[in-house]
Amino acid sequence: MIIYALIFAIACFSVGLLLNLWRVIVGPRISDRILALDTMTVNCIALLILLNFSLGSPIFFEVAMLFALVGFVSTVSYCRFLLRGDIIE
Amino acid sequence: MTHELPLWGEITVTIFLVVAGLFALVGSVGLVKLPDPITRLHAPTKATTLGVGGVLIASMVYVFANEGRVSMHELLITLFLLLTAPISALFIAKVHLHLRERPDTLPEAPDSVGWAGYAADGPARGVRDVPPPEPGTTDTTI
Repeated sequence: MIIYALIFAIACFSVGLLLNLWRVIVGPRISDRILALDTMTVNCIALLILLNFSLGSPIFFEVAMLFALVGFVSTVSYCRFLLRGDIIE
Repeated sequence: MTHELPLWGEITVTIFLVVAGLFALVGSVGLVKLPDPITRLHAPTKATTLGVGGVLIASMVYVFANEGRVSMHELLITLFLLLTAPISALFIAKVHLHLRERPDTLPEAPDSVGWAGYAADGPARGVRDVPPPEPGTTDTTI
């Protein structure tokens, strides 16, 4: 039973990633693109944890943690750059 | 996926996985379908909190039913996502306000201070070559 739910969840998150990619490409605003990239990292974290389910390797948790950290830092630094023209003043 | 779980574990993990997948799909469809940037900011928070949260709870229940121990990695990731999601949303909203709006294109603020973001930093200093749209017009640039 879990295997079907797992396939369903992986399909949902993958379709979500494709929709986010569409928003990154189409835009139309810079803020939309940053938001879509941020959502892509969140969906990737979920996909990594689902991979941990199906493959059973604990290394994916570290990868998911790194994705969360790098995604947050990149979003904030991109916004800082657009707002202030500089990341660390 | 080699171990057999007890029935309560199977049912709980399945429910959480299905709910998480549905909410992730709702968040991403909302990101595509909603009409303007500030409403689009609202949709992916569902994917963050309920989607990833559901997957992480399902993972915790799976590990507990399988090996009988409580796994803490998931709690760390959930805590970090819940802490950082509002901060990045605030920054994205500020980028939108500073690049594409002006105080006279926004609704009236309820008190005499006005819109606090503009009062604190003045206009955006980063990208200067894109002027904000004139009031009453719609534009499709950046």
